[in-house]
Amino acid sequence: MKDFSNRYIFIFSAVLVIIVATLLSLAATLLQPIQEKNLEIEKKRSMLESIHIAADKKNAETLYDKYIKESFVLNSRGEVVSGVDAFGVVLKNEQKKPVEKQNLPVFTAELDNGQKVFIIPVEGKGLWGPIYGYVSLESDFNTIYGVNFDHKGETPGLGAEINKSFFEGMFPGKKLYEGEKFVSVAVLKGGTDPDNPHGVDAISGGTITSKGLEKMLYDCLSKYDVYFVKSKQP
Amino acid sequence: MDKEPLFSSKNLELITAPLGKKNPITIQVLGICSALAVTVKMKPALVMAISVTIVVAVSNLVIAAMRKYIPERIRIIVQLVVIATLVILVDQFLKAFAFDVSKQLSVFVGLIITNCIIMGRLEAFAMANKPWPSFLDGIGNGAGYGLILVVVSFFRELLGSGSILDYPVLEKLGIYSAGYENNGMMILPPMALIVVGLIIWFQRSRDKSLIEHK
Repeated sequence: MKDFSNRYIFIFSAVLVIIVATLLSLAATLLQPIQEKNLEIEKKRSMLESIHIAADKKNAETLYDKYIKESFVLNSRGEVVSGVDAFGVVLKNEQKKPVEKQNLPVFTAELDNGQKVFIIPVEGKGLWGPIYGYVSLESDFNTIYGVNFDHKGETPGLGAEINKSFFEGMFPGKKLYEGEKFVSVAVLKGGTDPDNPHGVDAISGGTITSKGLEKMLYDCLSKYDVYFVKSKQP
Repeated sequence: MDKEPLFSSKNLELITAPLGKKNPITIQVLGICSALAVTVKMKPALVMAISVTIVVAVSNLVIAAMRKYIPERIRIIVQLVVIATLVILVDQFLKAFAFDVSKQLSVFVGLIITNCIIMGRLEAFAMANKPWPSFLDGIGNGAGYGLILVVVSFFRELLGSGSILDYPVLEKLGIYSAGYENNGMMILPPMALIVVGLIIWFQRSRDKSLIEHK
């Protein structure tokens, strides 16, 4: 192999880096609108799934416009914050702020039978990375109407199962409150009675993801406590 | 100089050898880490196999094309830059045009960068060969890697989750009603290693020339 001078090595690496950087930034900029559109559709699809409406890539937007009637942002005292777009709120960034300053989004949906449900986004930590989803509540702000969970990179076959329907299907009908007290829903190891209003079966082998999910539900939903109690309808 | 045909027997050998006698996983024992991670289910294993094949083939091609201009002292860095660029491009394209697949693979796409097979092939082959054979060598090694991934994930999914490509075969066959239960062990990473071990055992018992003599 030829012996290259230091000057050649410097120029070679500089040119290589410039080419690579141009290529990558071109790809990133050109593809960004498509990628963001995908994320937006995905978000709408997840929300619709939490109210048991199956949507795919094509009809997600029309269905979203049809069912999701309004959205607003609350603070931890349960007051509506004006001037913030609920859809644009990034939960991960909110969770870094102190609780009093966090924006808490709520989406209101009206089902075909006229029933009103409220969709709350949740986000927490699993074993390998973030887990997130949507919980929809009936207008008593106590009964879970449906859920949709997803994850960034939980173990396939184990923690990753939280986005499967057998797991999500255990949530509808569960209660967040016991009397006046907020207790949320626990994910229990070793199984639980299906009639238990505050517990669902954990996933075998996915203990840390299950526990993370339980914590996510408690942490995210408890911030709405004041609002739930205030606007509860019998 | 006579021009060698594109698919001469020597070139075809570059593709077929890594499937058996020179398999990157079972013989060269490279890329084991990702073989453990993505083989719980067949679908991620397949997509991973395809992505790795693309990256190893194209990076082999690129490195072989500029092998005469790469200063030896910084060659590893140059190889890494090429690999990383390709992986990020694949990831970006998946995110834009195959969103569901990219969600399934998530972090594993990024981890292709650290797959030892790719750097191994660049060092061992592309640095010393012409672009076309290097490209074929990449395809062959990617396929050899993918073959093992698919075999391992087939057994792990079938015995661990009772399905093939997410289709519940065992349930349809009615085996559960006869008292059969899925083996939870198969889902855990150590079983991937044991299955790979069994494949190596099988391969060596069939082909005695692979056994080292003292």
